[in-house]
Amino acid sequence: MTDHGTAIRLEACAKTFANGVRALAPLALEIAGGETVVLLGPSGCGKTTTLRIIAGLEVPDPGGRVLFDEDDVTVLPIEERNIGMVFQSYALFPNMSVRANIAYGLRVRRLDRNAIDARVDEMMAMMDIAELAHRRIDQLSGGQSQRVALARAIAVRPRVLLLDEPLTALDAFLRTRLRVEIDRLLRGLGITAVYVTHDQAEAMSLGDRIVVMNEGRVAQVGTPRDIYYRPATDFVADFIGTINRIRGVVRGDRVECRAGHLPWSAGGGGEIEVLFRPEDVTITAPDDAHLTGRVVSSFFLGDRTKLILEGFDGREVVIETTDRREFGPGTEVAFRVDADALISLKG
Amino acid sequence: MKRREYSNLVILILPTLITFSAFFLLPMARLVAIGSEGPQGIGAYLDIVTVPRHFESLLATLLLSLIVTASALAVSTISGLFLERNRFPGRGFLISLLTFPLAFPGVVIGFMVIMLAGRQGLIGEVTKLLTGSKIVFAYSMSGLFIGYLYFSIPRVILTIMAAAGKMDPAIEEAARSLGAPQWRVIVDVILPALRPGLIASGAICFATSMGAFGTAFTLATNIDVLPMTIYTEFTLNANIAGAASLSVILGLITWLALFVARSLAGSTAAAAG
Amino acid sequence: MRRPWLFYTQLAFTLSVCAFLIVPVIMSMLAGVTQNFFIGIKSGVTPRWVFEVWDLYSETIYLSLLIAVTCLLVTLVLGVPTAYVLAKKSGRAARVIEEILVLPVAVPGLAIALALIVSYGGFRDFRGSWAFILVGHVLYTLPFMVRSVLAVLSSIDFKTLEEGAASLGAGFWPRFFGVVLPNIRSGILAGSLMVVTLSIGEFNLTWMLSTPLTKTLPVGLADSYASMRLEIGSAYTLVFLIMIVPLLVAMQILGSPTKRVAKVETDGDGSKPASMTGSRIDD
Repeated sequence: MTDHGTAIRLEACAKTFANGVRALAPLALEIAGGETVVLLGPSGCGKTTTLRIIAGLEVPDPGGRVLFDEDDVTVLPIEERNIGMVFQSYALFPNMSVRANIAYGLRVRRLDRNAIDARVDEMMAMMDIAELAHRRIDQLSGGQSQRVALARAIAVRPRVLLLDEPLTALDAFLRTRLRVEIDRLLRGLGITAVYVTHDQAEAMSLGDRIVVMNEGRVAQVGTPRDIYYRPATDFVADFIGTINRIRGVVRGDRVECRAGHLPWSAGGGGEIEVLFRPEDVTITAPDDAHLTGRVVSSFFLGDRTKLILEGFDGREVVIETTDRREFGPGTEVAFRVDADALISLKG
Repeated sequence: MKRREYSNLVILILPTLITFSAFFLLPMARLVAIGSEGPQGIGAYLDIVTVPRHFESLLATLLLSLIVTASALAVSTISGLFLERNRFPGRGFLISLLTFPLAFPGVVIGFMVIMLAGRQGLIGEVTKLLTGSKIVFAYSMSGLFIGYLYFSIPRVILTIMAAAGKMDPAIEEAARSLGAPQWRVIVDVILPALRPGLIASGAICFATSMGAFGTAFTLATNIDVLPMTIYTEFTLNANIAGAASLSVILGLITWLALFVARSLAGSTAAAAG
Repeated sequence: MRRPWLFYTQLAFTLSVCAFLIVPVIMSMLAGVTQNFFIGIKSGVTPRWVFEVWDLYSETIYLSLLIAVTCLLVTLVLGVPTAYVLAKKSGRAARVIEEILVLPVAVPGLAIALALIVSYGGFRDFRGSWAFILVGHVLYTLPFMVRSVLAVLSSIDFKTLEEGAASLGAGFWPRFFGVVLPNIRSGILAGSLMVVTLSIGEFNLTWMLSTPLTKTLPVGLADSYASMRLEIGSAYTLVFLIMIVPLLVAMQILGSPTKRVAKVETDGDGSKPASMTGSRIDD
């Protein structure tokens, strides 16, 4: 393993399955050594197919290439690529103990007994599972299984670590906790990691960069901030967090709509759709406000209140405020939107 | 209410219990008793070990059953795994063909063996063409072996395919991701996963071969397996006690094999529902 | 990524296994309609052997069908309620009863036949009638019917269905006939096919239980193999196959055999005998 991890490059990788399903349109992707890239999207978007192409479990359609640093590994089967993979179902070997599972990759590489034992001990210490060494697989909890799976994958010092929705099968609490551990682990190892998930909170917290995918295509590649603050397409805007959409007409320095107006600095004219996020809003007096709506439902979440407002051309708008007042249904609420936070996708 | 339901349930199951007791439990008990009514009394049960002919018969049957089991397991594992893990046109048809002989009675299988290896059998004709002399082995232990293999393979293949189908494919991919070449994946992951199925179907194979009668009967008389011995004792020698005791022992062996299979293949023993 | 030569080697192997199983069947079917087996197909195709078989053995065919149908009726009447009771009161007693019911499958048919003969052989009329054979068939096929119905019962939540019916006022018998039975039709059908197929092909038991006057099809088959010319034996086998194949096809259509086997055998509990995988069919 090099100091800065192995870089991965995909060129024109498409995948059509035997039954005719086109899972992936030609995809190009560059992953720097040591980077953690998250493939994010709804089921069927092609993220798992992409991961499996990188792994060597699927072959891209002719014309596609997979490169690890400068090595073309496109035709290499998975067992020759020296990767580590963590599966959604953990895929631990039921006929072996925890120790034997972790040692398996090392045994296959024919390391000598002492080297194997030392490395397994190191892995179990790193993942904090030393006391599970001789347990059978069916005696492990979900969180323990996941740690064993990670230990097993890392033990062989892979060039690249691939994780296929590793936390999906766990309950929410465990997921949050393990997410932090995985993040620390990946940073500590400096290994190149490709992580597949449909959970955007996971993606945002783990990824150096996120590849948002939809229907076999890449919708956007960027850092979590890029994706969140500057979504490139409607799909990304809707998929990540909550987004509000206001339709209006550009007139000079504002966009005018039924519920009021929004500041506008980009010029141009005609109809437009403007997007903004619930938290980029401040409740004000009606005179200072950009928009006004009527409360349909209100949710007190402790640290903030979430309000669903109607009156926006048939649509509803969600806003969040730290204002301590109670807003009952039917209340008129006026608010300003932070001009820097406005997003427009069509112009 | 509870009592009425209970008695209704008893009404529903009573006919079965009565029929079964009258026509199976009692007769079997009688058989056991008769086995010890011969001139040696209960000592007749030791005959199987002490009388050379019987003992040889037992050994021959055991040996044959074991070899058939091993062969059927080997053949069926290769084909069963192949069929389960590959999809290709004609696969369904192949599977139907392979499981088709499942319903053949032993006599028909004996006939099939004659077709293959009898005096006018296919193998005889082919070897005659190739080497000038005909190979005929239908009427010996080898013929019996072929016959037993014939009815064992479909059963074991189905079991293997079912067991292989239940395996999590990710486990295999995990082994490969760790660098294991194909043969290692088979030895370290697939075969261990198939173990319960292999044991279960192996035991059935063994039990069926031990108790098989029709095939040996068709392939005629110089084959000395235990069911044939029982038959000749009863019909030719009118040695009812001997036949009875041998049957009881044979029954015990087959039942034991199946019992072992069930305890090893299943987990806890909970009835349905 | 899978090496193609490995695939083709395994395919060739599997095809040879297939050939091993099927070629003799085809040969015997052909022999049944060939003028002269030794000369081969060149001697001409003829139905005369089939006609001769009919002359010689038609009663065996009728008798086998009669016994199979009667066996089916008996196992339906005995087996379906039994399965219901075992599913309803699933406890240790139920497991014991299940184990006992399976015994006739675990014990060689020869032994069972002997047991029946030594116990009831003295009743001359009974011994000489087809009812004697029927008894053996019922003992042997009953577990398969029970097993098939039990499998369906455990896959549907019939207890809740019954509670629902009871809450609407249905008593025990209306519930049994009106709610439970209609919902286990698939199990009854599968079990019925199994019973009929097993009964038609049963030999181990039947040989000992039959008399020259009560010969079933398999017994006739054994007879013809031993004493008749090859063509007649083949034609007879052909007739048997024609009877059996529709049943087998029906069973395969009803549920892919692998799924059926998986469900019945590897449900993960030890009490479902592995022997129920349509195995121990008369050998």
